[in-house]
Amino acid sequence: MGLIDKHAVIEKNATLLLVGSLLVVTVGGIVEIAPLFYLDNTIEKVEGMRPYSPLELAGRNIYVREGCYLCHSQMIRPFRDEVERYGHYSLAAESMYDHPFQWGSKRTGPDLARVGDRYSNEWHVQHLSAPRSVVPESIMPSYAFLKDRPIEVKDFSTHLIANRRVGVPYSDDMIANANVDLMAQANPNVDTSGLEARYPKAKLGDFDGNPQQVTEMDALVAYLQMLGALVDFKNYDEAAGYR
Amino acid sequence: MKFGTEIVLLSLFAFAALVAAGFGVDEPFRQHMCVLFFAVAGFTAILLRNTDFKPAVPIDRAAYMDGPIRFGAVATVIWGVVGMLVGVVIALQLAYPDLNIEPWFNFGRLRPLHTSGVVFAFGGNALLCTSLYVVQRTCRARLFGGNLAWFVFWGYQLFIVMAATGYLLGITESREYAEPEWYVDLWLTIVWVAYLLLFLGTILKRKEPHIYVANWFYLSFIVTIAMLHVVNNLSMPVSLLGSKSYSAFSGVQDALTQWWYGHNAVGFFLTAGFLGMMYYFVPKQANRPVYSYRLSIIHFWALIFLYIWAGPHHLHYTALPDWAQTLGMVFSIMLWMPSWGGMINGVMTLSGAWDKLRTDPIIRMMVMAIAFYGMSTFEGPMMAIKTVNSLSHYTDWTIGHVHSGALGWVGMISFGAIYFMVPKLWNRERLYSLRLVNWHFWLATLGIVVYAAVMWVSGVMQGLMWREYDEQGFLVYSFAETVAAMHPYYIMRAIGGAMYLSGALIMAWNIAMTIFGYQREEDPMPGSIPALQRARSGAGKWA
Amino acid sequence: MDYNLMREFADSWGLLAMALFFVGCVAFALRPVGRGQADEAARIPLKDD
Repeated sequence: MGLIDKHAVIEKNATLLLVGSLLVVTVGGIVEIAPLFYLDNTIEKVEGMRPYSPLELAGRNIYVREGCYLCHSQMIRPFRDEVERYGHYSLAAESMYDHPFQWGSKRTGPDLARVGDRYSNEWHVQHLSAPRSVVPESIMPSYAFLKDRPIEVKDFSTHLIANRRVGVPYSDDMIANANVDLMAQANPNVDTSGLEARYPKAKLGDFDGNPQQVTEMDALVAYLQMLGALVDFKNYDEAAGYR
Repeated sequence: MKFGTEIVLLSLFAFAALVAAGFGVDEPFRQHMCVLFFAVAGFTAILLRNTDFKPAVPIDRAAYMDGPIRFGAVATVIWGVVGMLVGVVIALQLAYPDLNIEPWFNFGRLRPLHTSGVVFAFGGNALLCTSLYVVQRTCRARLFGGNLAWFVFWGYQLFIVMAATGYLLGITESREYAEPEWYVDLWLTIVWVAYLLLFLGTILKRKEPHIYVANWFYLSFIVTIAMLHVVNNLSMPVSLLGSKSYSAFSGVQDALTQWWYGHNAVGFFLTAGFLGMMYYFVPKQANRPVYSYRLSIIHFWALIFLYIWAGPHHLHYTALPDWAQTLGMVFSIMLWMPSWGGMINGVMTLSGAWDKLRTDPIIRMMVMAIAFYGMSTFEGPMMAIKTVNSLSHYTDWTIGHVHSGALGWVGMISFGAIYFMVPKLWNRERLYSLRLVNWHFWLATLGIVVYAAVMWVSGVMQGLMWREYDEQGFLVYSFAETVAAMHPYYIMRAIGGAMYLSGALIMAWNIAMTIFGYQREEDPMPGSIPALQRARSGAGKWA
Repeated sequence: MDYNLMREFADSWGLLAMALFFVGCVAFALRPVGRGQADEAARIPLKDD
């Protein structure tokens, strides 16, 4: 009886009750979440992953701002129908530079994890401006205003620095050139060799049909066009990635 | 001087907001700081107009402090109506996409407004005011800390206003149910710590030796939400004068942290907190003690221990490691047991007084809430089974499940508590009208049934259409075709939601009239024996 | 520490420890001495308004 009568103490002591319940609720979190940070096989080694280029990152921020994740997932599950519909199932490594992750929880619209390279830039711009003009069944809102908004840049390197502070491997070179790269990626008339060296496979050129200005539409389409296109699955070893 | 310190501090706060509005590095941040300035300056102006220099009236230290609770009850009703209205609007946007008005009123910006509006503004205020009501009456002690309760109440409303306007301006961390950006999160942390102090302080100065079980649930809700909120919102701001931040974790780790938060926001905000409500208001309204106090203790420990593990079931078949998924599934299934223990405990409180179900619409509302609690906590573990989840995930089924819990359990138990508290808080003999409560009950119940049934059908259909193959082994439907197939269900779901909203509007009317001191002349509820028979010929038929 | 090691612990001693913890909770709550206290505590909300 001695030990179980001790519970009466908890029932009458608010601080103990507080500490007790806090301990109980912490256990689950520690056991489940903590291992993900140190178990080596949480994230498989995959070739091709690199940090987002400044324009892609700006586009991703627009994706986040507009709440696209509320209707579009970015996580293809390993089922036959999903793989046929959307492409190779998503790997943990493919979102390793995503702060925050955008896996989503609902598919009111289709999955976007591998939407990159599927449609032309013109299609994306038209679809974002007037969705039902290209997909009559679509219930997506219009995002035509993105075409009229120039990217607001004071100093884009601050965004890269913030990302580096939370673990994204942006080099000093990348940070120094952040503003230049941001503009160059959507400008067909400048030398982009430095950009291409820093961000291999980056999509280049004018995206929104308006070469005079780098708009939010440019950024969003640049982001959509690289989604899922970095990893070359011809060289991916399924067995090594199995967890 | 009345409000002297408050006015000085708030003026400084408003000035700081104005400075931030001028020097902000991005446009949304500047706009958001203007909102903050007007909110704080407006509030200061109200205080200035109500100040006076008479000596303060001494406070009766023995009496309960009910001012913030009265405000909280009104705020609960108002935010409830607003949040549900936005819900109906976005439901209609899915059926008729031309209702989207870019950029501020697009679905992607309104949807967090709806979820935060109903969860944090409606649910949060309901928890805030009932917890302060319950803790004083079960501890027989006045709230701790003088004006601390007022700070918690108004601080929380400021959080709601900043979160809501932020979403419309495009300021979001895009983590579901944790969308507010870093500076709003910091403000909430301050308010929440004050809330914890207020609640714990009141328990510590109690005159009742035993801490009643409802307070256990409330306390674990407050402390767990504090932990979840702080860990999940760790992020790196781009600039201290800018709205944008990048979350501290990425990819898989970020996903699991978010759903550990997201699931336990359901577990501790929407379940534990409201169970505290159940364990006080159901016995009060039924006027009999809870069925088994000992079962409630088992319920408490089992629930808080199991819930915290269940988060990974939101990430089945994703890139999350399998062991974490399995762990999440197993604990989710185990969670069924304590949940049903609690349900039985709540419903059986009425044993021996079942006639009240017929005669008292408030009790009926509470029992319906507990029934929906039981239903959702059966459906939830089922959907956490990986094979079921492979069909249900990403579909409307999930949305239907959430709403049967949110509308059925959280909504109904809060309405019941509000109907119980308001006449007592304003010293009214009774509610304005019990018959309107009955109307509210039926509109709400039918609304939920329509909503949930429609979402089951559409969710399962959606899942099956996505994976359907023909004889040649090709996918039968394009994605666009599955979207078109949803259209009739989206309309019906909006109708279900509108029914629920109209019930809430009836409640708002009923509560307002009660507060203003009116009593509707009406026949008593069928089956009840009125204390005084009115001398009217019609009265007989209800006797 | 690798995953297999953790899993082995989780489905042996870990499982046993958690099961015992739970049995302990139930035993405490249902202990015969507690009945009177529990009944008394259950009446707290009805005492006062």
